Amino acid sequence: MAVKDYIRQRFFPHMWCAGCGHGIILNALLRAVDNLGLNKKNIVMVSGIGCSARISGYVDFHSMHTIHGRALAYATGVKMSKPELNVIVPMGDGDALAIGGNHFIHAARRNIEMTAIVMNNRIYGMTGGQFSPLSGYGSMGTTAPYGNIDHNFDVVDLSVAAGATFVARTTTYHVHELSDLIEQAIVHKGFSVLEVLSQCPTHFGRRNKVGDAVDMLKVYKKRTVRIGSEKKQTDPDLIERGVFVKKDLPEYCREYDQLILKARQNR
Amino acid sequence: MNKNIKFIQGNEVCVEAALYAGLEFFAGYPITPSTEIAEQMASRLPRIGGKFLQMEDEISSLCAITGASLTGHKAMTATSGPGFSLMQEALGYAVMAEIPCVIVNVMRGGPSTGLPTHAGQGDVNQARYGTHGDHAIIALTASNHQDIFRMTVEAFNFAETYRTPVILLLDEATGHLREKIEIPEPGNIPLVKRLRTSVKSGIDYHPYLPREDGRLPMSDFGDEHRYNVTGLYHDMWGFPSDNPKIVYGLIRHLVDKIENNSHQIARFRKHHVKDADVLLISYGASARSALHLVENRRSRGEKLGLLELQTLWPFPVDIVREACNNVKFTVVVEMNMGQVLQQVRLAADMPEKIFLANRIDGELITPTDIRNILRVIQGKGV
Ligand SMILES: Cc1ncc(C[n+]2csc(CCOP(=O)(O)OP(=O)(O)O)c2C)c(N)n1
Ligand code: SF4
Repeated sequence: MAVKDYIRQRFFPHMWCAGCGHGIILNALLRAVDNLGLNKKNIVMVSGIGCSARISGYVDFHSMHTIHGRALAYATGVKMSKPELNVIVPMGDGDALAIGGNHFIHAARRNIEMTAIVMNNRIYGMTGGQFSPLSGYGSMGTTAPYGNIDHNFDVVDLSVAAGATFVARTTTYHVHELSDLIEQAIVHKGFSVLEVLSQCPTHFGRRNKVGDAVDMLKVYKKRTVRIGSEKKQTDPDLIERGVFVKKDLPEYCREYDQLILKARQNR
Repeated sequence: MNKNIKFIQGNEVCVEAALYAGLEFFAGYPITPSTEIAEQMASRLPRIGGKFLQMEDEISSLCAITGASLTGHKAMTATSGPGFSLMQEALGYAVMAEIPCVIVNVMRGGPSTGLPTHAGQGDVNQARYGTHGDHAIIALTASNHQDIFRMTVEAFNFAETYRTPVILLLDEATGHLREKIEIPEPGNIPLVKRLRTSVKSGIDYHPYLPREDGRLPMSDFGDEHRYNVTGLYHDMWGFPSDNPKIVYGLIRHLVDKIENNSHQIARFRKHHVKDADVLLISYGASARSALHLVENRRSRGEKLGLLELQTLWPFPVDIVREACNNVKFTVVVEMNMGQVLQQVRLAADMPEKIFLANRIDGELITPTDIRNILRVIQGKGV
């Protein structure tokens, strides 16, 4: 199928600013789904609220655009009640890790099979440029006019610690890697987290004087390296890309099937 | 055939009834005095192949059952005051996205942590107005186990009929009370099944286009029809819209589908109301004491009657007005500072003849408490 067969053309044009990284993620996601040959009726996309969360309206899957921070909780209900569905949960950084942080770690802990994509633009795009838990110390935002004194989470470390069984990171500059990692995350039988560094030129770029979308993409190119790269040893501030964790552990829905068998025997 | 008689807690009755209604999915978070519902579900649901989830909080509990409902399963959560407060945003989402589900609130004393192990009825207004924005809601209650069973099944039926979340307001006193219940035979109480669309695959299905009778056929996530669900104002496709016509049409639809059917949704019991010259109006645990007093006074020839409400929202205005019009005065019996009283006064033609008998100290209101207030109103002293 062509990528356009996976979108709802009626719902276009999209609402994202010119140069926004979220559209690149949408594109990569559709390629991944196409490559995997998934049937559209077996995919559910659940999102929260934010510029990022609007992605669910554009795809021709079952889609649920929910409330801020709670996408994973809705997705848990969908997946548990119909485990044969592929559940994809794209989230903004605020959505996933500020208001939704608790659901994030608990979904990871349960190891429920779904694909969490953190579209990390290090800012609250939709509400106009406030700092997020991923903005980082010293960054500027409308609510950090003197420079942010909040430290950021590391999405990868947090996900690993919480028990996610597939954890990866890439950027919107590395589009082939991006769609490849989305594929791997979807195929993984467990809770998978993919952090995608995604540019918000309108707010993060402007307020932090990083430049326009192209400048921001160049930063992703220059300041990230593949996991294990030697460059990282001489320049520890470089951000690593790739698969950090991939392990087979009992998945929640399958565990529940076992529990049902046990409950029936005990009757 | 042997009758299926049990001697169980009100909370357990709620579980039996939910399973009778076809519940397949429950998500919750422990909180007194509703915890027994979650515990029973954890044991019962897997045995029938259903799912029980203990979530990380009440917000995610309501979110999870909402998601499960979209895949075509009857779903429910249970909580008490603090948890119900946390659920308010997700409740509004279920209203807006028109997703059937049942939320049980076994009320305790509030506000805040309040009185975890004591009865209260202070969440009547929260059930109605707790989530932001104009909307309509269905909230049911019951005073005895047989009726808890019935109203729990009705809650599921209304949820499906009107494609809406339904709130079941129980209270600590009935939730923890043990009394006899006869579990109805399957089929004795009619069940409303999920109305699914008959639109064939490949033909456009409009998830938010009401039929002529106002009902909206659904399509399960995972079936052929793929559509968008959102808490934003949306068109018949489920796609976000701020077109004033669409916004107006949707808010009217959300409110009218419930308010215009308030007669169909009204559930109540009349005890000696016909010839009464003094009327009590009550519900839940308070109605047990009110009924006790009515029967006691009747045996002495006093013409006391009780209108017991089981549907609290939409408020049964006409039924209440008519009942109040036929008596000298009315006393609303409840365990809060007059939440239903306020509605009765709005409904009645002569609000000055509506009085309150209440307790707000965490103790169950007794027949003597009501009797004393009646004497004061009648000028007989205490
Ligand atoms: C309960 C609640 N609080 C606040 C908001 C306002 N709000 C909408 S989107 C958003 C943050 C969006 O940032 P992010 O999740 O990082 O996504 P982005 O827009 O950057 O893609 C906020 C705070 C809301 N919708 N709901
Ligand atoms: S504000 Fe930022 S995140 Fe939102 S659409 Fe524009 S560029 Fe993208």
